Amino acid sequence: MGLEKITMPQLGESVTEGTISNWLIQPGDHVSKYDPIAEVLTDKVNAEVPSSFTGTIKELIAQEDETIAVGDVMCLIETETNEKTSESNVSKAKTETEINQSHETNQTDMKKRYSPAVLRLAQENSIDLSEVKGNGRAGRITRKDIEKVIADRSNQVESAPMPVDKENNRSNKSSDNIYTQAGDKEIPVTGIRKAIANNMVRSTTEIPHAWMMIEVDVTNLVNYRNAEKDAFKETEGYNLSYFAFFLNAIAKALKKFPELNSSWAGDKIVQHKDINLSIAVAHGKELFVPVIKNVDEKSIKGIAKEIDQLSKKARNGSLTQEDMKGGTFTVNNTGSFGSVQSMGVINYPQAAILQVESIVKRPVIIDDMFAARDMVNLCLSLDHRVLDGVISGQFMSHIKGILENISGDTTPIY
Amino acid sequence: MQKMQPMPAQNQFMTSYMETKGGEMMPVLSYIQAVTKALQEEMERDEKVFVLGEDVGVRGGVFRATDGLYQQFGESRVIDTPLAESAIAGVGIGAAMYGMRPVAEMQFADFILPAVNQIISEAAKMRYRSNNDWTCPITIRAPYGGGVHGALYHSQSIEAIFANQPGLKIVMPSSPYDVKGLLKAAIRDNDPVLFLEHKRAYRSIKEEVPDTDYTLPIGKADVKREGSDITVITYGLCVQWAIKAAENLAAEGIDVHILDLRTIYPLDQEAIKQAASKTGKVLLITEDNKEGSIIGEVAAIISEHCLFDLDAPIKRLAGPDVPSMPYAPPLEKEFMINQDKIEAAMRDLAEF
Repeated sequence: MGLEKITMPQLGESVTEGTISNWLIQPGDHVSKYDPIAEVLTDKVNAEVPSSFTGTIKELIAQEDETIAVGDVMCLIETETNEKTSESNVSKAKTETEINQSHETNQTDMKKRYSPAVLRLAQENSIDLSEVKGNGRAGRITRKDIEKVIADRSNQVESAPMPVDKENNRSNKSSDNIYTQAGDKEIPVTGIRKAIANNMVRSTTEIPHAWMMIEVDVTNLVNYRNAEKDAFKETEGYNLSYFAFFLNAIAKALKKFPELNSSWAGDKIVQHKDINLSIAVAHGKELFVPVIKNVDEKSIKGIAKEIDQLSKKARNGSLTQEDMKGGTFTVNNTGSFGSVQSMGVINYPQAAILQVESIVKRPVIIDDMFAARDMVNLCLSLDHRVLDGVISGQFMSHIKGILENISGDTTPIY
Repeated sequence: MQKMQPMPAQNQFMTSYMETKGGEMMPVLSYIQAVTKALQEEMERDEKVFVLGEDVGVRGGVFRATDGLYQQFGESRVIDTPLAESAIAGVGIGAAMYGMRPVAEMQFADFILPAVNQIISEAAKMRYRSNNDWTCPITIRAPYGGGVHGALYHSQSIEAIFANQPGLKIVMPSSPYDVKGLLKAAIRDNDPVLFLEHKRAYRSIKEEVPDTDYTLPIGKADVKREGSDITVITYGLCVQWAIKAAENLAAEGIDVHILDLRTIYPLDQEAIKQAASKTGKVLLITEDNKEGSIIGEVAAIISEHCLFDLDAPIKRLAGPDVPSMPYAPPLEKEFMINQDKIEAAMRDLAEF
């Protein structure tokens, strides 16, 4: 215990005095070291003065709006430990931004000392040095640190479809604060669950998601499909699903709006030529995302056939890595669970994911009259780095146009 | 100085052999044996080559560098001279100008100073001042360096005195293999070469040296070890310590790149730039006094050309700026570069 003085810090090279514009504490308040205690105005800066000690404020010597010289006592503080007056801590608090730095210890005081090599590499590769961890002495960023960032970055782009790298393993960190009771079951996170977790964390932390939903009247589609499905099943042996029609419409729209059929690659956007749709297929507790390739070149029947084959493979566990590779856009059939609205997480590194919701019969006003119509919501999640609202909106309304005008003439099954 | 049993020349290289990968036997030579071997081979190859110096003849040199040459080639080609370094250099320079290939020995590099005028004013400038009419293909050998309790007159590094004389080349080999290849190249060079041998390396450094007739290029540095964390540029005996220190640090995960300058004047600028740019962290080592030493010039080349590859200040590890090597053993140890000092400097730079 001891009574210590907190003095007016030197708030700039030529500053000799400061005006206390606002006390942030009262006598009796407990403050920690570095907590702001007052706002101070000088002719150069407005700054918060941090406490040099941890303890209880005893007395405010200087009053608000009072101008006092650098080094004069501002207030008295009863400290908890016998900390020695540390001049350097006080004088460090120069401006508001520097106050934050003064929280850091000497361990990091080389963090912003950049060597010529580091600066050059950072500029050439557009690296934000404030985000690079320095492994040199006192936190200095070394040339090797930068070279590693550059190497990691190019690895990321190359290995983008399987983004299980150690940098992004945040999902793997165990949470100590989750507490288990008797009877709770602990399931180790392995295999597919782990891959999904890593993918999702990476996608949500890296991609700035934006969302959009449109409502589509698919009464024509429902009628058309109902008229054809029995005959189709009889001749082909598998179901004529709605999903095939949706994929067909989306592939057509992607052809028109290739911006959505793309990937973010750091310093460039890769627009894919092929339209390969990843489709989510659930089996038991597992989720697979196999790919139907070149959907734009396939008939409704062709798409329905591939959906059927891939679901069968998923069910008997014979999906291969090859089946899952090369997707450029993902379509998720959330409607199969009865969902009417959802916000999909983008399948990294694609630029967007579209959720096809449940088709629901609802009263709709057409020409000022109620009508019973088959309605469906289509929900789009987009990577806002790659796409903006305008292009996404045009894409969605194009899909809407295709779906609402489906008939035997516009969309033959074979 | 050190005493050795006289040994017949023909038996000198039979003492130890090691088997190479190919199954061939390759002799292991000490640094000084490589000097003798190079002299012997060149004298056999070219009868214009002759040796002159103090006690180089019957005695075979105070370090035994010319051991057996007198017996093999006779007194007309292995000439004992008076104690007059200016004469040794001057006679050699004159002979060289008349088409001979003299190899002049200074007993200790410390004693070369009376010959400086001959070497700098005559030998180094001969080709230039005669507009290519005259050349001076002399090789001047001299043992330099400390760590042998030689004190003031037997320990100095004198290379910096000669290192801004265009027309003169200065070669300072670090290993027996390099000694043989570089000394043969020096003798065959058509201009004067100052060939400085570290006397402590004479019997402490041994390695396999091929029996074959090979030369190494003068003016080219040599990468002695590939590494990615820090670059060490040095020459002479310091190279050996640096290699050992690097091996120790490899166990700590510090990967050291070592460039042996081999020729310290003129410097191999391309190799220096390449080595410095490779890691961006450069440690320069010399046994010479720090201020005004060769490595200062190396540092200048690096800062002139490699600024944007540098990741740390260029570091120099060198002898202190005191007038000469002390005689007292603790002080001599303090003056000398050694493996521990190099290791500490390497670690410090790697951590920067």
